Parts: sequence; C-alpha cells; structure tokens
Amino acid sequence: MNLLKGTTAGLSMAIGLAASVQASELSGTLKIFSDMSNPAPRAVIEKLAEDFDALHPDLTVELTVIDREAYKTQIRNFLTANAPDVANWYAANRMRPYVSAGLFEDVSDLWAEPEIAENLASTKGAMTLDGKQWGVPYTYYQWGVYYREDIYKELGLEEPKDWDTFKSNCQKILDSGKKCFTIGSKFLWTAGGWFDYLNMRTNGYDFHMALTNGEVEWTDDRVKATFANWRELIDMGAFIDNHQSYSWQEALPFMVNGEAAAYLMGNFAVAPLREAGLSVDQLDFYQFPMINPEVELAEDAPTDTFHIPSGAQNKEAAREFLRYVVSADVQTDINSGAKLGQLPVNASSSVDDDEMLNQGFEMLSSNSKGGIAQFFDRDAAAEMASAAMEGFQEFMVFPDNLDDILDRLEKTRQRIY
Amino acid sequence: MADTTMPQSDGAPGWIRRNRQALAPALFLLPGVLFFLFYVIFPIWQSFNLSFYRWDGLGEPVYVGVENYVELMDDRAFEVSMWNNLKWLLLYLLAIPAGLAIALFLNQNVTGIRLYKSLFFFPFVISQVVVGLVFSWFYDPTFGLLNQILSFFGFGTLNVLGDPSLVTYGIIIAGLWPQTAYCMILYLTGLNAVDPEQVEAARLDGAKGLKMLWYVIVPQLRPATFIAFVVTIIGALRSFDLISIMTNGGPFGSSRVLSFYMFEKALSEYGFRMGYGAAIAVVLFLIMLLFIAYFLWSMYQEEKGGR
Repeated sequence: MNLLKGTTAGLSMAIGLAASVQASELSGTLKIFSDMSNPAPRAVIEKLAEDFDALHPDLTVELTVIDREAYKTQIRNFLTANAPDVANWYAANRMRPYVSAGLFEDVSDLWAEPEIAENLASTKGAMTLDGKQWGVPYTYYQWGVYYREDIYKELGLEEPKDWDTFKSNCQKILDSGKKCFTIGSKFLWTAGGWFDYLNMRTNGYDFHMALTNGEVEWTDDRVKATFANWRELIDMGAFIDNHQSYSWQEALPFMVNGEAAAYLMGNFAVAPLREAGLSVDQLDFYQFPMINPEVELAEDAPTDTFHIPSGAQNKEAAREFLRYVVSADVQTDINSGAKLGQLPVNASSSVDDDEMLNQGFEMLSSNSKGGIAQFFDRDAAAEMASAAMEGFQEFMVFPDNLDDILDRLEKTRQRIY
Repeated sequence: MADTTMPQSDGAPGWIRRNRQALAPALFLLPGVLFFLFYVIFPIWQSFNLSFYRWDGLGEPVYVGVENYVELMDDRAFEVSMWNNLKWLLLYLLAIPAGLAIALFLNQNVTGIRLYKSLFFFPFVISQVVVGLVFSWFYDPTFGLLNQILSFFGFGTLNVLGDPSLVTYGIIIAGLWPQTAYCMILYLTGLNAVDPEQVEAARLDGAKGLKMLWYVIVPQLRPATFIAFVVTIIGALRSFDLISIMTNGGPFGSSRVLSFYMFEKALSEYGFRMGYGAAIAVVLFLIMLLFIAYFLWSMYQEEKGGR
C-alpha cells in the first residue's frame, strides 16, 4: 500500500489513468463528511473525492459537504449516530472531546509508516493526544501582520523586528491620522490571536502552552505582563474604534480604505483583501516582532485535519484516503494559490509561488524556533477559550477591568481543570 | 339520538355503549394529550433531571447533585442575563400602549386607510432576522443612519450595540418595532367590536378625549389587551433571534438573556455543558411558570364570570 501511494497520487493528479492493480482492491462505499463549504475549499474536496473515486474503480465515494459553522455542532450527532468513514475537524485540543469519548479512530499506525512519519513530522505534535495520533492534517496557514506596504512607504516605515520599533511605527501611523491595526472582535476569536502573539512573545511558547492547558494561574504576574504590553497598544489608540461591533470581514474595509495600516490575521485574509482591490505593491506581510529577547519566536499556524470516526464502516478505504490526501503531490496541488492558497503539510511538497505563502513558509520552517501553536481556541479547552476570549474583548474595550477579568478567568480555570 | 334509532345494530359491547358520553371526548383528546405528554411534559422532566448531571453530550452523564445550581448562583454572566430578561419583560410591554395608540390613529375612514394599515403591519410580517440586520445597520457606528443623524445635529457618535450599558435597550427597541405592529393589529380588530351606542351615551354624558378612552374604550378592549399582554410576554421571553443576529450576546456577554445563555452553554460552538444549560433552562421555565399560572388563573376567572 505504501509503495502504491506515491505513484497513484502522482498519476491521479495529471493523468488520472491507470488505477494500479493494488488500488482496485478497495471496494464498497467511502462516505466523507466535510466542512469545506466555502467556494474554494469546496472545489478542492469535490476534486479530491472525484479523483480518489476514479483511482479505485470498485469504490464509490460519497461526499457530503456541510456548512462550516453548522458542522461544528453537527459533528457531535453524526459521529455518534451515523458515522461517515472520513470527517474533517481541527487539530490539538479541539479533538479532545471526541478522542476521550472514543469517537475518533487511533491512526498511529499510519503515522508509523515512513512515508508519513518523515514527511509530516512537523505537525505530528498537533495531531497527538495521549501519545497517539488521531488523524492527519491536510492544510495549515500562517498568522502574522498583513500591512499596507504603500502606507508604510509613504510614512518611511520599515517592517519592525522588535517591540520598540513596532510601537514607534504605530505612533507615526497614528500621527498621520490613521489607526495602526484593524480588528473586528464581535466573534471574539480575533482578540484570541492578539493574546496568542503577545503572550508567546512576552513569556514564550512553553508558558503559553502551560497556560492554555490550565497549568498556570491567570492571575500570574507573567500573564499580567502580557496584558501590560497589550495595554500599551490600547492606550496609544492603536486599534480601530468600535471593533466590538464588527466581524473580521467587516473590519477588512478599514484596511482597504487606508484607515488602518495593518491587520493581525491568518493567511485567509489575503484573498478578500486582494479581491477588494489591494495590489501586490500595497499588501505585504511581516512576522509579529520580538518582545522579550529571551524567548524564542513561536507562531500560530492552525491546522485543519481529516479523521476516521471509530464508527466508520470502511476503515481500510478511509486510511487509504488519508494517505492519499497527505501525499506530496496532492498536498502541492490542493494548497496551491488557485485552490486553498495555504501551506502544504508534507515536507516534500512544494509551496506555490505566492508572496505571502513563501514568506509564511519561510517563517514557519526557519524562524519559529519556539514552537508552533494551533490557535487560542484550539489549544485551550473550549470552555476556557470562550470565557477567556470574552475577557480579551472586554479588556480591549475597558482595559481598567483587567483585574476583575483575570479573577473571573482564574475561577473558570479552577473549575474546568 | 343514534342510540334510540339503531338500538342494538352497531354491535358495540354494552360497557362502551353505556359510557359513550364519557369516552368520546376522552378519545378525541387522547392524541393531543399523548403528543403533549411526549413532546412537552417529558422534555421538561428530562431537563429537570439533566440539570443534576454533568454531561458533555457525548460521554456518560455524571450525577453532581445541585452543583450546577450552586455555580449559577455565583455566575456573573447568569446574573447579567437575568437582569436583561427583566429589562426585556418590562420594556417590551411598551408595545401595548404604542400598539393601542397606532390602532386608534388608524381607526378612521379616509381614502387608502387599508394601505396605511398594511404598511404599519409590515414590520411584523418580515422575519426577525431581517429586523435584526436592518437595526444593526441602523446602529452601525460608522455608516449607520442613527449616527449620521446624530452627527448632523452635532452630537458625537454612539455605538449602541458596542456599549454594554446601551446594547440591551438597543435590541429591545428593535424588537418593539414588530411587536408594536402585532399589538396594533390586535387592537384594530378589538376596536371594531366597540359598541357605538356606549360611545354615544358617554358622549352625551360629556366624556371626551382621555376620559373617554380610559373609561369607555379601554374597558371594552379588555380581551384584546389580555391577548396583547400574553403575546408580548412570550415575545420578551423568547427574544433569542434578535440577540443572536445583532450582537451574538456581546459585547462580552452584556446583551445575553437566559435563553441565549442557555443556548451558548449547551449547544454553541464552545458549549456542550448540557447539565448547566439544563439548569438555566429550569430557571427560565420557573419564571415562565409564574406567567403561565397567572394567565391560566385569569382565564379561569373570565370563564367563571362569563357563565
């Protein structure tokens, strides 16, 4: 089966002929439930299902695409009642409820295969809970500061490498009558991104992970140091006003219209920004700068995944599908700029020639020595995440409430962990 | 009568025949009662039961006694939701006088009055989701109509939905828009039934204006007022969709009400604390029970009076 994978994957991409002899051993039906409902991801999963179907003549692939938000609640029902053979989900702690309820199949055997073990090593940690692997990733993307290159040029600013430059840049932007950062915190998680970066830069990756795992008190002085740094930006007026009323999409126009100079976001923000009319010369990317020189840089790079529910009927075909999805050629193809426009998880894949993707890949592979986090709401337990992100939003609006917020979060932490 | 014309021919056993009078209504009620038991009473019992457990919807429920309720007592978000529920209950009642006022205004015979009536009724016809969207654009701090007007008169901007002290009122106003239309239509039909002779008699006695309204018209509208009260209270307690559309409970949870909080805790993306959600549902149910008891009691009184 292993030998097969490299070849079939390659073939399927371009030619699609010659489903090899071994491949046709798979039979029956392969049911895939997917949350890739946005237009580009939808095309990707449909193509994947079609190609995999063509590869295995005796196998019928049935694909069901469910709205991405609705999927988050529906997964609980279908995993228990009507399990498909393959299902999408997210890495890290977001898997925990299903792993501990025994609803995801242990796929450590796949990860023991050299093809996967060697090429996917970088994401193994994110897929591991209790020492076992519970699925495979298919894409991930960098977070960082996307900024208006033209505004920076006009004001004579450089990409900041340290906290002081970051702040002095911001001051200059403010002096020119613009805001430094746009953000829409209505749905809370965007504020989680800011906390992730500020905390990882102030206290380092290991502390951040300990905090999201509930091992550190929220009232700890180190956490307060993170908020003190955040507060510097808030007191400067770095963020757009009324951000609590906007979703992340509604915050985009501020950047497009030049009212705000930058956006701390995931790479998925690039496509709408370009569509809104920002040219290559106007939009660029930099890594969130260093704050505390003693800690290594660490990044957020959320990973989206495929899993096999333990109630799956056709686990053999499901495993083959997982192998297929992570194979180098498929990874190169589905993550290309014309498709998902994100980073491939397979080290032997090539990254599409896109300004942002190249910078992101470079950053994650060579300049993120501290570690790679998933994202606040994927690293922390769901309940803790929702309480904390609500607190972050409140802090961004009323920074004076900090002590009260942290007390509340500490109480929540003690109850959950 | 059937009994006398076809004495023994239907072959029904004696017992059924003898108890026909009692059996027929019971049989007619049976399907309804069964459905009511299964879809209403049983889930209520289940909620009560579940509120004593800790359960994530997947694993085994763990019995925790009253722990969920103890936590509720100490939960600030719950407290905020309770207060907001109270605000909703009180302020939503404004729909009743407002509906009456519009109904009185529209209760006249001029050309095109039907068109005006339907225009006033229009907000009730459109979906709550649309109402929520329209009002969130109206309140939008940068391009919203409200702030355009305020800045035209030289006031600063007001971010209604982003300000924890204003947000609930902002949503209630949005909710009042369709609710007023609903009350208006109830009163319009009620006004048709007002006895013109009594109005005439009152006029001869020299009543007019507010006196006429308060002592002659409003008492005759009592049935309409009762229904308007019932639907408004129910509307206030299920004010879920507007909150979900306009603020999603925010900013930082300050516009939640109990039903929204229950949804968040039990069914939303970060929730799945079924036991805790059930405990909130029980509290909400008890509040509703007060009103339900009151409604039943006053309907009972009315029936008695009617006899």
